Amino acid sequence: MSKYLLNKFLFTVDRDPDLVERYRAAPHETVAWWESTIANEILNCHGGEASTWLSFSPGEREALTSHDYVRLFELGAHPFLTLTLFIAMFERDYEEPLAFQKEYAARLSHFSLPYPDIAT
Amino acid sequence: MATLAAVIASTHHPFYYKASTAPPEERPPFADEWVAKITAFRETLTRARPDVLVMVGSDHFHQLWLDNMPQFLVGKAPFYDANWYNEEREFGLPRMLLRGHEELSSHILRGGLDEGFDLAFSNELRIDHSITCPIITLRPEADLPIVPIYTNIFAPPLPRPGRFVELGHAIRRLIDTWPSDLRVAVIGTGHLSLELGGPRQFGPHGPDPEFDRKAVEWIASGDIERALAEVTLDSLWTPGNATHGFMDFMLMMGVAGEGAKADYADSLDLFHTMEAYFTWYPNGVPA
Repeated sequence: MSKYLLNKFLFTVDRDPDLVERYRAAPHETVAWWESTIANEILNCHGGEASTWLSFSPGEREALTSHDYVRLFELGAHPFLTLTLFIAMFERDYEEPLAFQKEYAARLSHFSLPYPDIAT
Repeated sequence: MATLAAVIASTHHPFYYKASTAPPEERPPFADEWVAKITAFRETLTRARPDVLVMVGSDHFHQLWLDNMPQFLVGKAPFYDANWYNEEREFGLPRMLLRGHEELSSHILRGGLDEGFDLAFSNELRIDHSITCPIITLRPEADLPIVPIYTNIFAPPLPRPGRFVELGHAIRRLIDTWPSDLRVAVIGTGHLSLELGGPRQFGPHGPDPEFDRKAVEWIASGDIERALAEVTLDSLWTPGNATHGFMDFMLMMGVAGEGAKADYADSLDLFHTMEAYFTWYPNGVPA
């Protein structure tokens, strides 16, 4: 299990407008492409030097490809990263202000303290 | 020596900019009260007549990332670009450019290292809303040079609350001993109880009004001892999963000093999280 890699996915997608739209529209394709091209990039390092060992577990891949933010919370993905990216992708589908954020909270309502550990 | 003209601690609410600048038909019902409170708060900085601002905040996974995460970082650059695409997208924040004050950055870095804080530094730092929100609320002209100081309240393992207080004490000593004629204000922003990406987010109030009430009292009365007795890295999960941002308030209490009562304290109960505003004048209330 790699909370770090889940976070790296959320972080790199959230900061790229094109990737946000691509992940919204085609999650399976985007996650597969990302894992084969970006997962082992050392961010802020020049090209040609990369890591060799990072990959998702099947459960992590499934959580990302199914846009399952409840599962991501359970897996210990950083909740700020998940929230920010999912607001960017799905808030637009709701008419009332904050309706998506409130539904998001309600769908997590079965969690009580302590929440899943987010330390990486 | 430099004069510590004001110490200011505040929440940083990224929605203030949008709420205060939206056309009348789009302004939320609480906007007028919010603007009135911010305008009064802004006056507490203006009357201190600062020349340079030390800005304490926390990067929200914008430039600082888990492959190389500093606990405390001081910016040392002639300029700081500010705000990021995802802050523009979610909060409508404008792109900004702030001047730096490299001499004071160097003084804090050198002095901090010599005091036992192994501070990281950055010569090219794009700052985020933890620093630009207080610029927008307190100094919208954005005309003063800054020294940004980032703390890690976000990516565990975090430094303990006591370390934030100690860094605040160190910053105070370093400004008091800075050989300069300038007037320095230290402005730091954090959170009261806050939940982000969890089941208690975006409620009608902050997730833990009782914590907020106690926290406001600790800050306003400068009761560092009580705050340290009640707050630990573990306990901060209870009021809300993003409440570790309260440690930036504790850092500011450290700058103000043990037992230092705030000269100005105000708060505003909003949906999602409570706003709180504090100002100290360590060298007397300006005329």
